[in-house]
Amino acid sequence: MGKSVKSICEEYNNDATRLMDILLEIQCKNGHIPDEAIEEVAKTLNISKVDVIQTLSFYHFFTRDNIGDYTVYLNNSAVADMMGRADVAEAFEKEAGCKFESLSEDGKIGLYSTSCIGMSDQEPAAIINGKVFTKLDPYKVKDLVLDMKAGKTIDEMVEKYGDGHNASDLVKSMVFNNIRKKGPVLFSDYETGTSLKKVTGMTPDEVVGIVKDSYLRGRGGAGFPVGLKWDFCRRTQSEETYLMCNADEGEPGTFKERVLLTEKPKLVFEGMAVAGYALDAKQGILYLRYEYKYLKNYLESVLNEMREANLLGKNILGKEGFDFDIRIQFGAGAYVCGEETALIESCEGKRGEPRNRPPFPVQKGYMDEPTVVNNVESLCSVVRIIEKGADWFTMMGSRESAGTKLLSISGDCKYQGVYEIEWGMRIRDIIEMVGAEDVKAIQVGGPSGTLISPRDFKRTICFEDLPTGGSMIIIGHNRNLLRDIVLNFTEFFIEESCGSCTVCRANTVILKDKLLKIMSGKAGKEEIDELKNWTKFNKMANRCGLGQTAANPILTSIENFREEYEKHVKMDEDFDTGFDLASAVEESCDYVGRKPNL
Amino acid sequence: MSKPVVATTSLAGCFGCHMSLLDIDEKILDLIELVEFNKSPIDDIKEFTKPCDIGLIEGGVCNSENAHVLKDFRKNCKILVSVGECAIMGGLPALRNGIPVKECIAEAYLGVPSVENNKEGILPNDDELPMITDRVYPCHEVVKIDYYLPGCPPRAELIWEAVAALVTGNEMKLPYEVVKFD
Ligand SMILES: Cc1cc2nc3c(=O)[nH]c(=O)nc-3n(C[C@H](O)[C@H](O)[C@H](O)COP(=O)(O)O)c2cc1C
Ligand code: SF4
Ligand code: SF4
Repeated sequence: MGKSVKSICEEYNNDATRLMDILLEIQCKNGHIPDEAIEEVAKTLNISKVDVIQTLSFYHFFTRDNIGDYTVYLNNSAVADMMGRADVAEAFEKEAGCKFESLSEDGKIGLYSTSCIGMSDQEPAAIINGKVFTKLDPYKVKDLVLDMKAGKTIDEMVEKYGDGHNASDLVKSMVFNNIRKKGPVLFSDYETGTSLKKVTGMTPDEVVGIVKDSYLRGRGGAGFPVGLKWDFCRRTQSEETYLMCNADEGEPGTFKERVLLTEKPKLVFEGMAVAGYALDAKQGILYLRYEYKYLKNYLESVLNEMREANLLGKNILGKEGFDFDIRIQFGAGAYVCGEETALIESCEGKRGEPRNRPPFPVQKGYMDEPTVVNNVESLCSVVRIIEKGADWFTMMGSRESAGTKLLSISGDCKYQGVYEIEWGMRIRDIIEMVGAEDVKAIQVGGPSGTLISPRDFKRTICFEDLPTGGSMIIIGHNRNLLRDIVLNFTEFFIEESCGSCTVCRANTVILKDKLLKIMSGKAGKEEIDELKNWTKFNKMANRCGLGQTAANPILTSIENFREEYEKHVKMDEDFDTGFDLASAVEESCDYVGRKPNL
Repeated sequence: MSKPVVATTSLAGCFGCHMSLLDIDEKILDLIELVEFNKSPIDDIKEFTKPCDIGLIEGGVCNSENAHVLKDFRKNCKILVSVGECAIMGGLPALRNGIPVKECIAEAYLGVPSVENNKEGILPNDDELPMITDRVYPCHEVVKIDYYLPGCPPRAELIWEAVAALVTGNEMKLPYEVVKFD
């Protein structure tokens, strides 16, 4: 190992709340986290070994075993499957000579699956040693594995760079932005610093007031009014306040944050600083998913640039006492860390298990201090609202959803990518905009959202009708909805559940088994409603949104595509347990030497 | 109105659940006022003679005979109730579920110390005998079960309350003491 564990810990002041960063560095430098390192970390940070192990074991990208000189994490989301993941996976296995979830015999190449990596508009895609490889096919895989066998560096393996800043010296990535529609809020011209300058002439209350007047609602999914959240936070008396920007973007099919951070990082950071001013927060944290680690150097340099321009740091833009700075906290592969309280736990170096609420983060969040968590897009919108005024913002969109929304559109359509639209756009018009034909279904809002049928194509994207955090997956007529979509999503929730709540942990598996039974043709017609009945428990008895929405793929597909289920069940039987006497007695008859008489 | 018809059976169970049913003492007289028994060990009727309203099942399924009887019950009863742990989860007989059925048969007929005179290693394989299933199945894995009465055995009052509730259509009283497992 290059740097010693001790010096890595030292870098983080031997602070146990920075355990995530410490483990990430060890994993990155060493390829895995060996037992000696665990012991050393525990000793240096003065915590117990199990404290280290419990954090380590929670996250997908931390491993205690060697996972190869070249580690391939191939996305297994529904969209990746739709775009040909199976062939790509087969090619990897053939060329590397090992199966997925294992290491090649010489220990050189490891093949692993991972949940959506935020590249749905350029699937199938994989992360190899931290770099993203998009639009894979069996031929490209062959070349890649040849490169690995020849010992090329990961940078040498990226042949062509993507557009915009993806091609910059600090990124050098083959990822494309695919910005298809630029709207007035996020992608129109803006001079960095304008809003920050403006707020220094206002009181924090005035800033909160403007954001309230704009009716800006959170873009992370839940749609909570941003100004109101800030107001609640300001009402909590405390020495310290924290502002967090949620860039975990784990909802399968979402990739808009990636594009904003690539092309508009200054807008994001300025939004954080404006929020910092309004909340009297000195520190902001950008919680960035591990999958986007290839943006690290670039984002750090943008932060430095902004510090040099006095847009961050001490006495920002000359305003006495306006101190605010930002650090980037990386995750390590866990969808649930996008949930705001899990995100806070993770920032404190712990397992990403959601907290009980109340208290809410605005009362007691990071380090038990009041904390506001806002989505990347929400904070970008704030900057433009301050610049142009609340009225400008409310003129756009629909009655309860002001402004614009950035959609990540993928699946069976010609123009996959991001679109900034005004809230209130009709699904039918979106279909036309993205060049989709013969659409069978659309998954609105990712797996936790709704699977809609053509009957709903007259509906509109907005909080009062069809809300979305931004993910839209278009599903064409040739797709097998239950296998390609519903089963994949249900397995996603099973994989990503943190396991705290019994219903989330167990019922989702029961639902999957019942779904598989229906798909196998062994179920009777009553079992569709029975399955639907079982989905109720997820809403009732889970702590966080993950478990509460984990039954949505099954629930909304039964509601909107009942015929897909009816195709599989025996319509002349109410119920069938699938019990097969012949196979149940086969072994014993064989052993005692008799022919089964059934 | 004719009396509701009840059938009962013991599959892979110990007859303890039936014993519990008889444990309602003199209330058994009230019970036969309330319902008529059909196929059941209680009256020794061996085959269904008419369609029944309620079937009470004790024990899970460990062989082909159990499976046939259970399916027969499903066909002939409007409502099926799994009575007791064995019916609900396989219970004690399901202890063999972790062991391959071959090993269980070998142990019973060849290995066990009480077997002395089986030098030829004969295993029972007459066509008349039920065939042993690979594991013990809870009833609901073989047919659809409508209600479950937990306990080993469920208390007499619980069975009585349940049957009375099904017959009268009144809601069942289920105080904690009746369904607790410890
Ligand atoms: C399982 C789960 C995952 C989530 N993932 C994200 C995410 O990736 N990004 C995000 O902004 N919000 C996510 N959220 C919502 C956050 O909890 C929170 O509401 C949001 O970050 C608040 O910001 P906003 O009000 O600006 O939308 C997630 C929620 C749940 C339950
Ligand atoms: S609902 Fe699921 S993910 Fe959320 S806290 Fe409970 S177990 Fe964890
Ligand atoms: S549940 Fe208990 S009492 Fe009933 S048959 Fe099984 S072992 Fe016997």
